[in-house]
Amino acid sequence: MKTPIYLDYAATTPVEFEVAKKMMNYLTIDGVFGNSASRSHKFGWKAEEVVDIARNQISELIGADSREIVFTSGATESNNLAIKGIASFHQNKGKHIVTSKTEHKSVLDTCRYLENKGFTVTYLTPKNNGIIDLNNLKKNIKKDTILVSIMHVNNEIGIIQDINSISQICRNHGVFFHVDATQSVGKIPIDLKKIPIDLMSFSAHKIYGPKGIGGLYVRRKPRVRLLSLIHGGGHERGMRSGTLPVHQIVGMGESFVLAKRKIHDDFIHLTKLKNILWNGIKNIEEVYLNSDLQQGAPHILNVSFNYVEGESLIMALKDLAISSGSACTSASLEPSYVLKSLGIRDELAHSSIRFSIGRFTTEKEIIHAIKLVHKSIHRLRELSPLWEMFKSGVDLNSIEWDHV
Amino acid sequence: MAYSKKVMDHYENPRNVGSFSSTDLNVGSGLVGAPACGDVMKLQIKVNEKGIIEDACFKTYGCGSAIASSSLVTEWVKGKSIEEAESIKNTTIVEELDLPPVKIHCSILAEDAIKAAISDYKRKKIN
Repeated sequence: MKTPIYLDYAATTPVEFEVAKKMMNYLTIDGVFGNSASRSHKFGWKAEEVVDIARNQISELIGADSREIVFTSGATESNNLAIKGIASFHQNKGKHIVTSKTEHKSVLDTCRYLENKGFTVTYLTPKNNGIIDLNNLKKNIKKDTILVSIMHVNNEIGIIQDINSISQICRNHGVFFHVDATQSVGKIPIDLKKIPIDLMSFSAHKIYGPKGIGGLYVRRKPRVRLLSLIHGGGHERGMRSGTLPVHQIVGMGESFVLAKRKIHDDFIHLTKLKNILWNGIKNIEEVYLNSDLQQGAPHILNVSFNYVEGESLIMALKDLAISSGSACTSASLEPSYVLKSLGIRDELAHSSIRFSIGRFTTEKEIIHAIKLVHKSIHRLRELSPLWEMFKSGVDLNSIEWDHV
Repeated sequence: MAYSKKVMDHYENPRNVGSFSSTDLNVGSGLVGAPACGDVMKLQIKVNEKGIIEDACFKTYGCGSAIASSSLVTEWVKGKSIEEAESIKNTTIVEELDLPPVKIHCSILAEDAIKAAISDYKRKKIN
């Protein structure tokens, strides 16, 4: 068992060996290196053919038509393209967007940018488990709303939104619905033939494909039109110019094929390990679960350990690769905005750890992780004045702290 | 962001972790920071009749740099007079532990903690 043990699969995943091997055939002079937009020779035609194959492989996993896939550099770009693209194209119909406080920064920062350009944005507060209240959503869709953007699975806590119902609401109100599916594609089933989603972002590197390639699904029936962000040649039906990175696209296609094949087995494997992990730590005193076991993605477990600070816990758990909602580990000194919008107290947000498991995680690694967590929590609580006060019956809410 | 060896050392080999009785007249206790900020330090000193700090201990809720800063202060004040301890500057802590800019506030809090402990001791002496 190698250390550190990687438990940060929500951040990124290693590329599957067979995916990397396949990609190698599309780089060097003895492989398929042509520009897929070169229409005049075999090098281009061959490249175009493999890109088409990949488009189909990707569509198969998500129930799309291959003509509905726009390749981008990743989900961040897809989110930018979807939101800015719809906003710019349809601004004569309205300038109001609805999203949630718990979206990824690539959605939130894009919305902030549009606010500076004269759009208004409503950021919905979810319920305490992270689920968006559908009545609250309906209330906030106005006459000039043009777009609703809600992520399928939240990257910090793993909560799964009811995108089925949200898409119906959006259809009924005549607004576009964009879903950031970065954490859900390949992990839980999505069938775009069955759900009227207009735009969907996804990325390869979250499901064992290479970094630097992703896609935006753009519905054709009914047709969704948007203004492109990147100009120069009109690639991807005018939606995203730029020479396609064939080797990346092939890699993405292969990883999607594997995901389709393994999605059920992966789900069982991930759920089993997640349960072992939670069962191994849930009896630690003052531990809080920030994820929802019933409505959560199989690979993410977000937990707070009261009276212990997150970054010190990560340091103590140096044999595990994990991430924390602690301020110290973010660039600003603010604790996780996702946990805060769920109403979780600052102290618990500071003490949170996200464990995210993957295809390569073993039961042995989880058992070892459990042992390390117990040892480190015990150690850090011996060091903690807050734990000492709690144990001696002091009501910490009654203390007047000198730094506010 | 790898952890500096010195910071890790204070966590792996903690010195002076613990508590003195806060009612003891020779003990000064400082409690600084706030849970909402992610940093709370409790620093205590035991002072003899000559005004020398014979013993010190700490407990810290905070990141590795915060733990190390407070731990270091308890090491430094042992054997020093109150006046010497009061003049400990956060900049020396930063230098000793190689703290990056984003962790400087941890050293400032440690300086505040020792000053708070000394204040508390002085207040007790007056009463």
